Amino acid sequence: MSILAKFSQLQQTYDQLGALQPNPFAVTFEQILSSTEGVIDGRRTILLGTNNYLGLTMDADCIAQSVQALQQQGTGTTGSRVANGSYASHRALEQDLAKFFQRQHCMVFSTGYQANLGMLSTLVGRGDHLILDADSHASIYDGARLGHAEVIRFRHSDPDDLYKRLRRLKDTPGSKLIVVEGIYSMLGDLAPLREIAQVKREMGAYLMVDEAHSMGVLGEHGRGLAEAAGVEADVDFIVGTFSKSLGSVGGFCVADIEGFNVLRVACRPYMFTASLPPSIIASTRQALRHLEADATLRARLTNNANHLYEGLRELGLQVGPHASPIVSVALEDQALAVRFWNALLHNGLYLNLALPPATPSNKPLLRASVSAAHSRRQIDRAIQLFGEVAVQLGVLGTGSGAPIAMVA
Amino acid sequence: MTDSSENIRVDVIAALKKILPRPVAISGATHIVQDLGLDSLAIMNFMLEIEDRFDISIPLDRAADIATVDDLVLAIEALVKQEKA
Ligand SMILES: Cc1ncc(COP(=O)(O)O)c(C=O)c1O
Repeated sequence: MSILAKFSQLQQTYDQLGALQPNPFAVTFEQILSSTEGVIDGRRTILLGTNNYLGLTMDADCIAQSVQALQQQGTGTTGSRVANGSYASHRALEQDLAKFFQRQHCMVFSTGYQANLGMLSTLVGRGDHLILDADSHASIYDGARLGHAEVIRFRHSDPDDLYKRLRRLKDTPGSKLIVVEGIYSMLGDLAPLREIAQVKREMGAYLMVDEAHSMGVLGEHGRGLAEAAGVEADVDFIVGTFSKSLGSVGGFCVADIEGFNVLRVACRPYMFTASLPPSIIASTRQALRHLEADATLRARLTNNANHLYEGLRELGLQVGPHASPIVSVALEDQALAVRFWNALLHNGLYLNLALPPATPSNKPLLRASVSAAHSRRQIDRAIQLFGEVAVQLGVLGTGSGAPIAMVA
Repeated sequence: MTDSSENIRVDVIAALKKILPRPVAISGATHIVQDLGLDSLAIMNFMLEIEDRFDISIPLDRAADIATVDDLVLAIEALVKQEKA
């Protein structure tokens, strides 16, 4: 029997998805025309599933900074910060991020995934407790598995359930770390962070917020949900990524805790991997400057997000619990979702298909992520296509436009 | 199996029967995933229900070792004892 035999069922599922072509999990963009448009299968296509919230991937200043760093410092660092040394720009980016979040300390990682892997596997150890939201991102679950703490889950975005679980741990020794996300990546719902912070204060735990989808999106200054909810003082650790609003790749953690820097020699996903190339650091720093200086980016993003959310809701489609730059439409079954997704793509609209068990309810999702760079015309076109395909496939006519039920 | 584990087993089986679309015979040796055809979301919600019912939290590494109804019963019994201690 082949070593891959255990994947036979997965292979079957994957092959079925490909029958209509292209396979939703193997899309190739032949060309990128702008931060909101590309070419797929020779067709000009609106990109509505790229997490490119501020549209900065094609920003001229970010590209110029990146090119300059590339020419002056080369293509890669060829080693880890700890073993092979940091470039000055790694430190500068850490200082920029610390300043932006008004924190003492920052550590930069090679991806957002690794930031979670690193922080979660290192902050808590044997005898400590990790308390995760049940709908946490894979990188959070994987970080939990890499470490040695006891891991328990609480019901998604349910502060009472969190309270119950901390109460059960009350007399148990060891540090307790609660982990939540600012905006959840599947339905675009926000964590009830004020209530969670209150539970944290009352029960005496540490709190980490993953602002991957909320940095540059929420808060008056774009610092994310912790800022928007007014609870930054209660949040001990913020992790995030450069791969969404900052348009590059990489991850980070900021904190005020004394002694933070010891993590640089304790955290394996920081120590044993190559650091980010200088060109990436340079564009990321420039993107952060734009994010700080230009609040109109956030305003445009919010406008676009509201417009798409309302448009799809008014059509009668099942959207998430509230408007955010992630707008998801739930469909009844997988075959229908795949056909819907294909029809949109063939008409020049790309977004993401998410299938259970990656989705929070048992339903497949068509997941859109809106950008500040989308034009009103592009969003209108997307709504129009959704409407046409929904009618063609018989999705509309019975729907009530009710929000997608969240996991109990 | 002790008296308390018998009671726990009755509760666990009742909770499983509640989420199954069709009546199925369940015993201590029944495999929760393989025999009952529950998907991962249903399993997660079932575990959250069980945790509430017994006022415990089952750590994920322990949950990973649970295959049969009796594995779950033993895990619950141990955690309930720990809670009371
Ligand atoms: C909530 C959350 N955390 C972390 C990550 C990982 O970020 P990255 O893709 O930059 O590794 C993602 C994105 O995939 C995410 O959605």
